[in-house]
Amino acid sequence: MRFAARSVTVELADGVALQDIDLDVHPGSITAVVGGDGAGKTTLLHCFAGEIRPTRGTVTVPEKSLLGYMPSTSGTWRDLTVDENLDLIARVFRVDRASASERRTRTLDRAGLLDARDRLAGDLSGGMRKKLGFCLAILHDPELLVLDEASTGVDVVSRLELWQLIADAAARGAAVLMATTYLDEAERAEQVLVLDDGVALALGAPHAIIAEHAARIVETDRPRDARLAWRRGRTFHEWRPDGNVGRAHLADVDLEDAVIAAILCRARSHGDDGGT
Amino acid sequence: MTALVEASCVTRTFGSQVAVDASSLDVGAGELVGLIGANGAGKTTLIRMLLGLLVPTDGSVALFGEPPSRRTRSRLGYVPQGLGLYRDLTVDQNVAFVARAFGRPPQRTVLPADLAASRGALVGSIGLGHQRQLAFACALAHEPELLVLDEPTSGVSPLARARLWDQIHEQADKGVGVLVTTHYLQEAQQCDRLVVMAEGREVASGTIEAVIGGRQAVSVSSASWSSLYDALRSAGLAVTLDGTSVRVVGATLEQVDRALQRAGLSGALERVPASLEETVLLIGRDAQPTATR
Repeated sequence: MRFAARSVTVELADGVALQDIDLDVHPGSITAVVGGDGAGKTTLLHCFAGEIRPTRGTVTVPEKSLLGYMPSTSGTWRDLTVDENLDLIARVFRVDRASASERRTRTLDRAGLLDARDRLAGDLSGGMRKKLGFCLAILHDPELLVLDEASTGVDVVSRLELWQLIADAAARGAAVLMATTYLDEAERAEQVLVLDDGVALALGAPHAIIAEHAARIVETDRPRDARLAWRRGRTFHEWRPDGNVGRAHLADVDLEDAVIAAILCRARSHGDDGGT
Repeated sequence: MTALVEASCVTRTFGSQVAVDASSLDVGAGELVGLIGANGAGKTTLIRMLLGLLVPTDGSVALFGEPPSRRTRSRLGYVPQGLGLYRDLTVDQNVAFVARAFGRPPQRTVLPADLAASRGALVGSIGLGHQRQLAFACALAHEPELLVLDEPTSGVSPLARARLWDQIHEQADKGVGVLVTTHYLQEAQQCDRLVVMAEGREVASGTIEAVIGGRQAVSVSSASWSSLYDALRSAGLAVTLDGTSVRVVGATLEQVDRALQRAGLSGALERVPASLEETVLLIGRDAQPTATR
């Protein structure tokens, strides 16, 4: 089963949140949706999680019992213990007792939460609570796993642990759709959708998105046009829209650079100078 | 070069818990220093001591050559992670409030053009990117000599993040010292020098290259990442996904190869330099022999 959004547009009370988005999410694979605050990431995830219906277009998603959804607030009950949180979800999804108990132990073990079973979710650290939220989302072995900023505000160690859990789920065959603001993290996904202002700026494998812009991004001490340049450490990277890089060194481009170039490119085509 | 801020061998305990253990840190004029490490590593406690909000149990802090005080506070700009803005006041009212607190005329606060267009809007109603710009403008209004920024770009778009970093670099170019904490290690690479904390101690410092210190990871690729991934995870290795290949840290190429052979798999193995993220993970493990987290 492949899950998909086709020409999805979402209009909310305060404007267009998503415009004409197409996205396929494949089993056994991780798709990252990136963008800043207000880019439309959560709205798109809500469409896949069945939380909102697109104004136009269609989404193909599994029935609710085969969907795992972790909201950006982690979706845990702070006044319940770790075990009680899991009990509740097991009952909601009618996970049978025997398989639930075995899966639960394995999942908690991998999440490093086995010793925290009796602790209140509200007493856990931010990173542990995110990992618990993840365990709740996958307890019923969903076919589609939708994760909203699972790693935001989480420290580097917990983030790598979360990524292992996410990769575990994909390795077992789940289709994973995750939103993140960290572009180094998105580079680990098989497919990346870049959103800005509700519009898809790029979609594809991270290396393909990088390759699309790499030949026009130079590293320089003196940018030609400050509006098209940004700092990377003590030097600048600059996007040369005409592709005329002259004798400048091509930069060692990462996804962050490529996305900045994509945003500048769109702003230019709208007659905007791209500065903030 | 005299340090703008210098913590010498500071320790801070809370009851029997040692939050910061004999750590030192300094930031010079025009220098951009990144403070990184896991939650609970002691970063926030150390920063609170540098700002004079907490008194060290042991060791000393000098801010502009003297103990932290209200006077030194006026030479310092601080943007906390929560931004420290009043959400139910307008942009202009926030500017005026901060300017008065520092005894400065509010018109000296420079707002970027697109934020200036929202002067009359309540801060709670503007986007996070604009809120971050505002907090930044307020922290810069009194022309501080030292900037302390806690997770300065969390949640904003890549272009907004780039523009914030342009401003941070501009300040450093002018001679302002900058201390930044971040969980976003790609961002840490904007800094001249990093200080890595784990378990309350400063465990590594220097340029990124020095911090990584020649550590390596093993990259493995084959047609199917998932079987590789499963096999290496089952062997108890620290595995991360990298697009359609996987990376292993803290193990030798031979160990990775053996784990694959035992699972009846093969893949293309390559030694690659460890990333900063992988390095911080390894350093954290070394600092914490009984890994429970």
